[in-house]
Order: sequence, then C-alpha cells, then structure tokens
Amino acid sequence: MSATLAAAASTSVGNPVLNISIFGAFVAVTLIVVLRASRNNKTAADYYAAGRSFTGPQNGTAIAGDYLSAASFLGICGAIAINGYDGFLYSIGFLVAWLVALLLVAELMRNTGKFTMADVLSFRLAQRPVRVAAATTTLVVCFFYLLAQMAGAGGLVSLLLGIDDRVGQSIVVAVVGALMIIYVLIGGMKGTTWVQIIKAALLIAGAFIMTIWVLAINGFNLSELLGAAAATGGEAVLSPGLQYGLTDVTKLDFISLALALVLGTAGLPHVLMRFYTVPTAREARRSVVWAIWLIGLFYLFTLVLGYGAGALIGKDVILAAPGGVNSAAPLLAFTLGGPILLGIISAIAFATILAVVAGLTITAATSFSHDVYAGVIKRGKTAPGAEVRVARITVVVIGIVAIIGGIGVQGQNVAFLVALAFAVAASANLPTILYSLFWRRFSTRGALWSMYGGLGSAIILIAFSPVVSGSETAMIQGVDFHWFPLNNPGLVSIPLGFLLGFLGTITSSRREDPAVAAEMDVRSLTGYGAEGATKG
Amino acid sequence: MSEDARVTRAGSTKVDYQEVEASENFRQLKRRHRGFVFPLAVAFLLWYFAYVLLADYAHEFMSTPVWGNINVGLLLGLGQFVTTFAITTWYVSFANRRLDPVADEIRGQLTAADAAAGNREDLR
Repeated sequence: MSATLAAAASTSVGNPVLNISIFGAFVAVTLIVVLRASRNNKTAADYYAAGRSFTGPQNGTAIAGDYLSAASFLGICGAIAINGYDGFLYSIGFLVAWLVALLLVAELMRNTGKFTMADVLSFRLAQRPVRVAAATTTLVVCFFYLLAQMAGAGGLVSLLLGIDDRVGQSIVVAVVGALMIIYVLIGGMKGTTWVQIIKAALLIAGAFIMTIWVLAINGFNLSELLGAAAATGGEAVLSPGLQYGLTDVTKLDFISLALALVLGTAGLPHVLMRFYTVPTAREARRSVVWAIWLIGLFYLFTLVLGYGAGALIGKDVILAAPGGVNSAAPLLAFTLGGPILLGIISAIAFATILAVVAGLTITAATSFSHDVYAGVIKRGKTAPGAEVRVARITVVVIGIVAIIGGIGVQGQNVAFLVALAFAVAASANLPTILYSLFWRRFSTRGALWSMYGGLGSAIILIAFSPVVSGSETAMIQGVDFHWFPLNNPGLVSIPLGFLLGFLGTITSSRREDPAVAAEMDVRSLTGYGAEGATKG
Repeated sequence: MSEDARVTRAGSTKVDYQEVEASENFRQLKRRHRGFVFPLAVAFLLWYFAYVLLADYAHEFMSTPVWGNINVGLLLGLGQFVTTFAITTWYVSFANRRLDPVADEIRGQLTAADAAAGNREDLR
C-alpha cells in the first residue's frame, strides 16, 4: 500500500483529468449562483454588504468558509500528521479566538458601522487620518493573506494536477486569479458570500466523511487511532513539544504565535466585514455562534484526519510528496477512497483557495473605495454609483497584483504570511477596535499611534526575523541580516500596539466630542440608527 | 468633528444621545453587558494562556496518560473546545434574556420619539 502510494506521490496522485473535472463542476455551479445573486446589485449596500439580506446561519456558514482557508484544512491536517499534538495547538488558538469576536466585537461593530472597520474606528475620531490608517492596515493584512493563498494554489497544483514546471504553475495561479476577479466583479458581496457558503458546506461535508471513515477503520475508538498514529510516528506525536519544544526560543515563538492567533481573528478585516451582511446585531450574534460551531467541529475533524494521515501514510511519505506537509489530507483521501475521493478533496481545496481569495479581494476593494476614495479623496461626497465603480476597478487591480505576487512567490517559503497577517491584525487593528468601543477617552492620536505602531513594528520585526533571512527555511537564502529571534512578531508588536494606543491617548490634549461619544455608546449597544436590510 | 463625518450618519442629529446615555435604562444595559462580557473575556483568556503555557513548558504533565492513549494534554485541548462551545451558548442565552429586551425598549423609544418629531428614520 505505502509503496504504491510513494510511487504515485513522486509525480502526482490520482487522475489529473478527474481532479480538473470536479473542480470545473464547482466553478460552473458557483458561477451560475453568482450570476443569479448579482441580478440586483445596484447600491453600495448591495455591492459591499449584500443588501444586508443574509440570515445569521447563512452568514455564519460564510464566515466559516472565509476562515477555513487552505492553511486551516491542508496546513493543520499536515501539521498534526507530522508534528502530532503541536499541530493541534493551532486549531485551538484559531477557535478560541472567536470568543473575542463574539463577546467584544461582532455586535457592537455591526451596530456602529456600515461597510468597513474604518466606519467604526472613525465614528468619533478625526475622519480622514483614521480612515487612511485603517484602510492601510486592512490592505496590508489582505495582501499578506492573499499572497499566502496564491502561493498555496501553486503548491497544490503540483500535487493534484501533476504540473511541476514553473510555467504550468503560473498559468494555474493566473486562472485562479482570473476566476476570482470574475466572481467578485459580477457577484459583489452577495455572490462572494454564496461562494463561501457552498465551499464551507463542501469542505465540512468532505472532512466529515473522511473523519467517519478514519474512525471506522479504528473501531470508532479515539484511543486506538492515537495508538496507531503513535505506532507509525512514535510516542512523541501524542504530546506537545515536537515542533515548538525544541529550544527556549521556539517555546517563546509558540507563545508569540498563540497570542497572535487568539487576538488576531477579531481584527481580520475580511471577517469583520462579514458582520455587515446581516440586518441586525442579533443576526450578527447568530452568525458568530454558527461560525463557532462549524469551525469548532471542523477542527475536531482535522484532529482525526491529521492523526489518521500520520497513522495510515506516515510522516516520511507525506514529507516526500510534492507539496510536503500540505499533501497529508489529499494523500489520506487517496488512501481511503482512491482517485475519486482524492478528486473531490482536491477540488474542495481549490475551491477553498478561490473562495478565500474572493473574500479578501472584496474586503480590500471596499476599504479602498469606501474609505480612501469616498471618505478621504471625495470627503464623503461621491456621485451616485461612483463608489461602486471605483470598487470594481480596485477588484481588477487587486486581482492582477495577486496574480503577479502569487507567481512571484512560487517556490518560496511564505508559509509565515498567514501567521503574520494574524499578528498585524492583532497588533494594529484589535487595540484600536477595543479602545474605540470601550474606552471613552480614546483619542485620534491614540488610534494613529496604535495602528501605525502595531503595523510598523510587526513588519519590521518580521523583516529581521529568521523567516526572512538567516535560517534553513528562510525566504531569502544566502544572506543573514536577522536580529529578531522569533518567527512571529506578536509577542512584541501586540503589547506595543495596545501600549501605543494608551500612550497616544493620555498624551493627547485634544478631547473628542462628548456628544459623538455618547452617540456611539448608545448606538453600539442598542442598534438604533443601524442600517437594516435594503430589500428582501 | 469634520463635516464629512455627518454625511455618513444621516438622521443622527435630532436625538440627544447624552441624555439617553445618562438614562437609567441605558446605564443598566451597559452595566449588564460589560458586567457579563468583561469577566468572561478575562476568564477565557486566562484559561487559554494557562493551557498554552502548560503545552509549552509542562510536557511531562501533558503526556500523563489518563485512559488508553488519551493523555492530559489531549483532554485539556478538547477542554478548550468544550469551554468555547459552553461560553458561546451561555452568552447567547444571557444576551437573549437580559440584553435584547432592554436594547429593544430603548431603540423603540428613540424610534417613537423620532416619529413624533416628524423625523423620518430613514436608515431603518
């Protein structure tokens, strides 16, 4: 069994034609849905926020679709298969983080803003500088995340479609980018949301089937499955420490990552924007509840799948396959259900990349057109339709940048980008969001210091960290200019973001308008004046 | 406040928000909300970081077998899932019972006052 697998894995697994056909069917179905959904995309509220017409369960499923990226599915399964327990630690951070969103952020954001994070942050602070800062952090987070997804797409094709050469991979990246542009251009938020919902349903269903299958092989006994994983990968996979327990520095690194994961989610702009697609704060709450259950269940599945892949396939075969760690889930699918299950799982993985990229793009485009173009350049006085037109142009520009960036990073180790996006979100976005929702005195200067300080420190620290230079897996080989020891900047940049927001506020002589502060207070808790659904 | 800010907040100038904010009803809503979410947020973050530190620095303890191949680390990890689900359910039931009725009442009063003043609440 493992000999045939290894032979198959050395080129590609399964049947590329089958893989492409199943993915093509997904694209066809979602395109029809997007076209149908786009028929009444007229106003900005339609394009950016889907007319606020989604229900909590629908939006919650879409949030799960946005959040369960290829990094979650392929990355966590692979991490558990290779490093055992330490891979599981990711999913716990990713899940617990949702409580920050549920308790502190979701409903209040929904009540105070219209389309973007900047709507809330600039509510009672100086409009223009705060909008520019918030749009900057939004675009940076989206860009890092986009790049990580596009790089993942290139890696996946070599495994799934048997395309190993650079030209072939670049073409696939360009196709993914072009499809994404079409979805977002035509469908707006409504179309994007439906793509997320379909993808989340497929992903969770696929993972569920494989989970049951793996459990059935092990007599529906978790202990037996763990025993099988330990028999193949050694006892150490059952305990923490394989990845992060090596040295004191890796242990600190893990704390840094844990901090970024748990505090980053509630500051991710593409997640925050989803709260505006529902009509009320109560639906925003239901969205998060649905998202938490779906995401939590999915991560429980990945625990089984990861250990299952470790037991049935083994670490060495996974690492030797094209795609490395990321190939654990597809290889497991092949082992269980042959080429057909592999084709389905591969198509789902592609759909995942496509959907997440679409969600990021509409967020970045909205932030640019609503915050920078309409809010700052036009000072809130745009001609009807102009804002959405700018958003559509931005979608095309971002799509092209993502394709070029995705081709540029092929073959480079950019796995750190997702963790970096979380660190930036936690350092630059979350402090300002929490302060402006809960701290009356919070001032414009505090917001600017916190956003630019959190963003700047995270990027500077990562630029001088071992992931960029000076380690075996660094992005740039052959030079060493690193002085920051950790792979994730969160441990320094997150407290710094909070501290700068505090210092900027207490040193600020300018007091913000108490009437507007009262307005924000009342509206955030009661939902008075919040925009409801535009139509049925 | 710059002028352009007003544009995005149509219909917000008629209500005296400072008066609403000072009302007993609103203060009760705010007290209930913060009194619930703040302690709970501190509690789940402490529990999460306690778990992270144990996983990071107490490998021996985490690998103590409990039943078959299931060890303390796995149980604590699954415990994080259980508490996350439990807190979610608890908060939703609290918000439905104790927060929403008060928020609805205040919003209803504001909307009624708006209508009486002939100010179309154009955003709802």
